[in-house]
Amino acid sequence: MAADRSRDERLPRRAVVQALLAGRGELLVVAGLGAPAWDAAAAGDHPLTFPLWGGMGGAAMVGLGLALAQPSRRVLVLTGDGEMLMGLGALATIGVARPANLAVVVLDNERYGETGMQETHTAAGVDLAAVAAACGLREAATVRTMAEVGRLRERVHADAGPLFAAVKVAPGKPPLVLPPRDGAHLKNRFREALLGTQAYCQT
Amino acid sequence: MPMNENHKDWPRALYDLLGREGIRQVGVVPDAGHMELIRLCERDAALRTVRLTTEEEGVALALGAWLGGEKCALLMQSSGAGNCVNMLSMLAACQAPVAMLVTMRGDHGEFNPWQMPMGKAVEPVLEAMGVAVSRADRAEDVVPLAEGTLRIAFNTLRPAALLLGQRLLGAKTFKE
Ligand SMILES: Cc1ncc(C[n+]2csc(CCOP(=O)(O)OP(=O)(O)O)c2C)c(N)n1
Ligand SMILES: [Mg+2]
Repeated sequence: MAADRSRDERLPRRAVVQALLAGRGELLVVAGLGAPAWDAAAAGDHPLTFPLWGGMGGAAMVGLGLALAQPSRRVLVLTGDGEMLMGLGALATIGVARPANLAVVVLDNERYGETGMQETHTAAGVDLAAVAAACGLREAATVRTMAEVGRLRERVHADAGPLFAAVKVAPGKPPLVLPPRDGAHLKNRFREALLGTQAYCQT
Repeated sequence: MPMNENHKDWPRALYDLLGREGIRQVGVVPDAGHMELIRLCERDAALRTVRLTTEEEGVALALGAWLGGEKCALLMQSSGAGNCVNMLSMLAACQAPVAMLVTMRGDHGEFNPWQMPMGKAVEPVLEAMGVAVSRADRAEDVVPLAEGTLRIAFNTLRPAALLLGQRLLGAKTFKE
């Protein structure tokens, strides 16, 4: 019964992402395909948010490449449980590479939301935070309250990483808010915002 | 290039080329054919060599590196090119570069029948995903072709691969 009650108390995903991105400052954001990308767009489209529209299983590794290239900037990967499960090896790779400026936050609704709300392995008890902790990510935690989300936001901006959190969110489907979908545009606006116009002259 | 250059030491020449062309991140899943190049990369503090669990991680790594202004090269075996397929969609959709140096199995002189299906598929599969592919079978061709591969990748913003054939590497004999 306790489990049922905690299910009812799962957090609204849009409020979680809104809170994580509040006052984002210099933060660089990679959003995994589907609902996490829509959540990031709902919190306010931004040139330094890179929403993925494909490459399922790759979000955390895009974050790693970016974090290694920009060691003085904080990088936040926001992705889904299904997306993370497809690329679990990335947690081992990140644990070994140890980027101090990278945080991976999974919005864990225990479902493949985009494709009809089928259960993922986390619904059957697979514990992503425990996997991440075993891979050497710091303070790998499961987050269940908005107060913890607030603390997570502080950690994403300040703590030495790599950080990991799985935020248990309700399996609802908020209204679609779509970011731009032309990949070349998303790449160019991100690089220009980060590197200036020399982004177009890199040789 | 000096006439007396030792073409046989193409791993060292490739390593020098990566440095010259400003590669900053190298994603690696080991293959015997890349042993020496991997060793050189891992010892170089100016390169960030990232050990991967699967080659497709490297494709995503390359996109992140480019978003952050860095060039990435990937070292993998031909089987690993198969692991990259869907992830290469990201580079095509975003017009983002990566240079893949692929040591072949399943071509000239292969001993292991299980290597043949992917070996035969590498080139058409990579081409189908928009990767510009070339192939070196002789030591003296490795550096010029690798130079061309890097230029295509980072000047024309797409994935490019150089396949290093077993004619060059020597086919694995399973006798040691
Ligand atoms: C390689 C691959 N397999 C399957 C799909 C179909 N697909 C798109 S989104 C998605 C579910 C994503 O689930 P999750 O990451 O948990 O996000 P949620 O919508 O639940 O927040 C799936 C299976 C895909 N795009 N790519
Ligand atoms: Mg999900």
